[in-house]
Amino acid sequence: MAIVFQKPKALKDTALHYCPGCTHGIAHRLVAEVLDELDIEGKTIGIASVGCSYNSYDYFGCDMIQAPHGRAPAVATGVKRSKPDSIVFTYQGDGDLAAIGTAEIIHAAARGENITVIFINNTIYGMTSGQMAPTTLLNQYTTTTPYGRISDLHGFPINVSEVLSVLEGPAYIERASLHDVKHIKKAKEAIKKAFTVQIMKKGFSMVELLSTCPTNWGLSPVEALNRIKNEMIPQYPLGVFKERL
Amino acid sequence: MGQRMLMKGNEAIAEAAIRAGCVHYFGYPITPQTEIAHYMAKKLPKVNGVFLQAESEVAAINMVYGAASTGTRVMTSSSSPGISLKQEGLSYLAGSQVPAVVVNIVRAGPGLGGIQPSQSDYFQSCKGGGHGDYRQIVLAPSSVQELYELTVEAFNLSDKYRIVTIIQGDGILGQMMEVVEFRDNEPIERPETPWAVTGHENKREQNVITSIHLNPAVLEQWNRNLQEKYRLIREKEARYELYNADDSDVIIVAYGTVARIAKSVIEKAKEEGFNVGLLRPITLWPFPQEAFEKVIDRAKAFLTVEMSSGQMLEDVKLSVNGRKPVYFHGRMGGMVPERDDILKIIRDIYASA
Repeated sequence: MAIVFQKPKALKDTALHYCPGCTHGIAHRLVAEVLDELDIEGKTIGIASVGCSYNSYDYFGCDMIQAPHGRAPAVATGVKRSKPDSIVFTYQGDGDLAAIGTAEIIHAAARGENITVIFINNTIYGMTSGQMAPTTLLNQYTTTTPYGRISDLHGFPINVSEVLSVLEGPAYIERASLHDVKHIKKAKEAIKKAFTVQIMKKGFSMVELLSTCPTNWGLSPVEALNRIKNEMIPQYPLGVFKERL
Repeated sequence: MGQRMLMKGNEAIAEAAIRAGCVHYFGYPITPQTEIAHYMAKKLPKVNGVFLQAESEVAAINMVYGAASTGTRVMTSSSSPGISLKQEGLSYLAGSQVPAVVVNIVRAGPGLGGIQPSQSDYFQSCKGGGHGDYRQIVLAPSSVQELYELTVEAFNLSDKYRIVTIIQGDGILGQMMEVVEFRDNEPIERPETPWAVTGHENKREQNVITSIHLNPAVLEQWNRNLQEKYRLIREKEARYELYNADDSDVIIVAYGTVARIAKSVIEKAKEEGFNVGLLRPITLWPFPQEAFEKVIDRAKAFLTVEMSSGQMLEDVKLSVNGRKPVYFHGRMGGMVPERDDILKIIRDIYASA
């Protein structure tokens, strides 16, 4: 009998700890499929960050380092500069990348550091139980914006892909979404392209993935997927923001 | 005989690191250690290494974390305020047992303080500046020749124990020029690094560098393993110099720049008929407690002299443990202890004995 679907080789057998309806599992799978298809797992070094995916090394089978909060791009820089022929990626959430790690991501991008960044944007801090992130939408309720995010008090959401795309350094930046099958397929292509750009030594590549956090949004998994489509995409439009190949 | 060169202390550190096989340097400018970065920027590209000026001290130590995790010899250097920023990274390096060499050319604090020499980062280096139960080896050279030799040694020690080694100098040591005699061949000891993340090439199990263990029983065992390593280092790696200490009445305890001043005190005291010796810790951690056992029966008193409010003083008191009086003289803010002030204290100690 022909095998039509199976777990990617680059994922281990460990059961995921993520909440029901969370899209981390999909994002992990897409990255693993790309590592398989490009046959690069053996020379890949992943950098886990701080947040719900702190232990993504329990799921990815490649060599990995757990980085301090926000510092994954700096750790990745050290790895890549030491082993230029390895494939290095970071896997970071929006609190990690867009708040505490702002300096590290901007400078890694500006240097054109030849790494790939997988950026999970779910507009909230998941692991610490639903605080405001830099990406939190205006009027969104979080545990630290109990009356909604108000621009006068909390400022405005940061569109990271747009911000980084004005720099010379990045070779490829795309924002994709994980809210339905069609978009998941597009996200996979974006991730594959990002890793391919790195293999071609073209410089910094990043894929921002619009993701869910049903637990901290207080929504069912289906409602959460709909929220991406109806509320997040208007603030975070999908598409390629930088392509210098 | 090896090559002899007149060099600044900071340059001697950089040259020593390259000779020890350090191929990458990540750092951020700060006085009074920036010559290390200048030297590395010039020399590392010539040995196929990488010099990278990071966006911050925080980024620099994390670049070190990444590079060192691949089993490569790397270093960073900074001065006190910058070292404060590196504490997060140092704690991670300790927690995940990644070896690295970090130079601290100490300046006076607290806060932005000043750029003059100080020893006020002793607590930070030796007692754990970052979070958690961890230690790092702290080497305290007192000449440019020793900056060179101990820098090479720092890389060997770091690799041997998978630990961070701090080279703790001060603004005087970093800036002054002395003749350095280089060895023809460096005594480099590099153990295998089966733990390193290099890409498993489908030939071995996954390697993971991490410091997080959410199961408290697992984390306690992890800590016990670290403590066992620290015990071994305490047992084997404490270093010190005893100078004129065999039968002296007063033992000055001082390290680095201040130990040099102490030696001139000892010569002058001899002229006045006072028999004074020096106990110079070369490793600040592990603190060389055994050195005290060698002199404590004969000595009448100890005098700790530091460029701080009395930080090493606490370890001296723990080592003496009430058996003999311990006196203290300290200068702060970038002021340097003067020979005649120390002599005056020695006269007072003799007078009160």
